[in-house]
Amino acid sequence: MYTQGLDIKTGDTSVPLERGDGQLDRRFQAKIDADEKIEPKDWMPEGYRKTLVRQISQHAHSEVVGMLPEGNWITRAPSLRRKAALLAKIQDEAGHGLYLYSAAETLGVSRQELIDQLLAGKAKYSSIFNYPTTTWADIGAIGWLVDGAAIMNQVPLQRCSYGPYSRAMIRICKEESFHQRQGYEIMLTLCRGTAEQKRMAQDALDRWWWPSLMMFGPSDKDSEHSAQSMRWKIKRVSNDELRQKFVDVTVPQAEFLGLRVPDPDLRWNAERGHYDFGEIDWDEFKQVLMGNGPCNRERMRARRSAHDNGRWVREAALAHAEKRRARAAAAPVAEAAE
Amino acid sequence: MSEKDWPLWEVFIRAKSGLAHKHAGSLHAADAQMALENARDVYTRRGEGVSLWVVPSAAITASDPEDKEAFFEPTGDKIYRHPTFYEIPEDVKNM
Repeated sequence: MYTQGLDIKTGDTSVPLERGDGQLDRRFQAKIDADEKIEPKDWMPEGYRKTLVRQISQHAHSEVVGMLPEGNWITRAPSLRRKAALLAKIQDEAGHGLYLYSAAETLGVSRQELIDQLLAGKAKYSSIFNYPTTTWADIGAIGWLVDGAAIMNQVPLQRCSYGPYSRAMIRICKEESFHQRQGYEIMLTLCRGTAEQKRMAQDALDRWWWPSLMMFGPSDKDSEHSAQSMRWKIKRVSNDELRQKFVDVTVPQAEFLGLRVPDPDLRWNAERGHYDFGEIDWDEFKQVLMGNGPCNRERMRARRSAHDNGRWVREAALAHAEKRRARAAAAPVAEAAE
Repeated sequence: MSEKDWPLWEVFIRAKSGLAHKHAGSLHAADAQMALENARDVYTRRGEGVSLWVVPSAAITASDPEDKEAFFEPTGDKIYRHPTFYEIPEDVKNM
């Protein structure tokens, strides 16, 4: 259960003193090896907790920042049907952010701390949301490719060893599949439309293909924390394996649309039973992660201003709740005095 | 600049009449009414429920996982609480 209120009590004695002790570590790993889930109040190594907080909060931040590039098109969606779908999708992303912040909170951090880290520029979120959405076709490409990549990444996370994270992922995956389908439907409509519309779809694929492949993170040989995360079953499938799987399922979808994947090295390798594809521009990847992507500054500015402009609402709601509580507490006394 | 989080609530959903409320997740809200409305908006966007409970997280008392073995131990050796403990000849029907 997500009973964070219990987990962050000061002086909590449920954490054994021999923290990091070899025997506890071994018992913990044995539990993981037996595919048992770890729950919030169970003993866990500090590294496991830290890794999870980092991973889950980054995931949550990505959901929240991810609303911005799509929000850009709500008022300009080409029909009421598209607008309603886009609104529902963005509302889902907000919900996903909430599920994930809740899962992170079970590890003893407050949501406010995590949001402060994001707004201070100390926390990371997915590099993909630092690219601009310049045409309506980008909304199609994001649903198809970005949500497609996210699903590929999230499906194995449903089996993550940490209970609250795994449960959040199950709920998210269930909701996410409409996102990808609505995106592909937009692409399909454009590709079956005028030559100009098809050009728009191709242009969107050209711009979103490589950033989508980057979503899976650095190559396995350069991935710092992968081995430990796999041992702890926080991560279940490697970056390169997931990326390959994504390419394999997405290329035929592009062919169905009649679009060309912007990679001259892309070809089917019958021997491997997979597509071979070109090298990712890792320099661009690093630059975007470091804050130098096309929209990093704009995204942070938008988040900060939303947070600042909403402060009075948050404060007023608390004050209102407090006033009503005080009034309810005073009411019987007033009656007795009459 | 850090500010205070709204209090935390646990959300329970009854999927349909006849089923018990089941824990679905948690959220922050200033008061019970807002917790109910937010729970509706985030946890029942696709007809997941016909009834909602919200409970302040701080009001829940939970058993301690560290004591799990000792706490649940009394039930461990009472196999006579299960129907399979009793031997009845196969010829006896409807039992």
